[in-house]
Amino acid sequence: MSEQAVIRTRGLTRYFGARPAVHDLNLEVPRGCVFAYLGRNGSGKTTSIRMLLGLLSPTRGEGSILGHDIRDLQPEVRARIGYLTEEHQLYGWMSVRQCGEFQSQFYPRWNEKIFQGVIGHFNLKLAARVKDLSRGERAGLCLGLTLAPEPELLVLDDPAMGLDPVAHRSLIESMIYLTRRSDRTIFFSSHELADVERVADYIAVLDRSVLRVCCSLETFRNSVRQVRLRFSGTPPPVPKIPGLIQAFRAEGELRLTCVHYNSTTEQALRALGPAQMEPVPLNLEDAFISYLGERGEKSFILSETEAQP
Amino acid sequence: MTINLNINTGANTPIYRQITDQVRLAVAAGKLAVDDPLPSIRALAERLVINPNTVARAYADLQREGLIESRAGRGVFATRKRKMFTREEGWRRLEPLLDAVIGEAMVLDFTPPELREAFEKKLGQWKSAKGGEKS
Repeated sequence: MSEQAVIRTRGLTRYFGARPAVHDLNLEVPRGCVFAYLGRNGSGKTTSIRMLLGLLSPTRGEGSILGHDIRDLQPEVRARIGYLTEEHQLYGWMSVRQCGEFQSQFYPRWNEKIFQGVIGHFNLKLAARVKDLSRGERAGLCLGLTLAPEPELLVLDDPAMGLDPVAHRSLIESMIYLTRRSDRTIFFSSHELADVERVADYIAVLDRSVLRVCCSLETFRNSVRQVRLRFSGTPPPVPKIPGLIQAFRAEGELRLTCVHYNSTTEQALRALGPAQMEPVPLNLEDAFISYLGERGEKSFILSETEAQP
Repeated sequence: MTINLNINTGANTPIYRQITDQVRLAVAAGKLAVDDPLPSIRALAERLVINPNTVARAYADLQREGLIESRAGRGVFATRKRKMFTREEGWRRLEPLLDAVIGEAMVLDFTPPELREAFEKKLGQWKSAKGGEKS
């Protein structure tokens, strides 16, 4: 996957004053995938995206996007990247049509059909003024403006934020439509785990400036497991178990969530002498929340290579 | 007849497994017969609003199991289920499922006779579904 990476960073770090916003980020995004970038508010997602696009210089570390150094991105490289910001910056006095005409001037490769298609998908009128548009309509317009130049790499910073269910569905449909071209990569940040489940091939999770997960969605779901141990008396104290990320204690019961769950983990759990031991099904949200919970070991990262047994 | 597939996000089961489970069930219940068509990967992905790779992953699993096959230029079809597992292997796969059902039933305070009766009843429903749809 190395030669095919459209985004790659090594030790990418950014401080604001004494506070690290992104710490030692090693990210690799393969070409042609849909990559979800997750983390709580303030975990450093937008800061790292801005560094990737050359809009903010790193304190240290390095990165490349479409094979070019992020500290020196030329306009022709930028033109191959579509970037949708959280804020949907537009001129209020323009009409939808004028926005399209204005934007098209900056791109040699402007596909009017795509622009019209997205606009239509969001039910936007070409004559409508930007200042009269709803949040969902602005999102649709921005998406159209971002997609029309047919970017090789699409970077969407929290595109679902504030969208009503219909606009939201249109957004996800547009993302799926884009996967028609197998060489197009979508990198998006989000809090919507349902979207992630629908569209993502890979996920990365930032937790307080530090990358904690970077692997395929399937690997993530397979390696995070919760087990319920029942005891006839009081459960014993929980020893150090590799990969333990969350432990709940109840009457005669322990519920443990582990990453890299394998036969070693199972042996360690059996050694606690439970009367009964059974897996608890976890949905993506459960797995994600236990990962970002306050308890548990924080010192490791779940990546594709480490996940192999 | 064609199969109506649905998915839920937020479920304990990953989406690709929701698809494979539904197809397996439809085949077992006779709702999907040999040569019945399935939607193409792209069409199903767009209808369910999910990543086509997820559908491809599900179809690959089903193909490996011999439940469906892709015919060049014509689409994806249900096939006659080839015998994939030895009897022994079949039992090895079935046993934990039986254990899970019985265990859950015990926790929920069902008695063995009740359980036996429910099992017979279900079995009857499956038989009639299999016989009723196609003949």
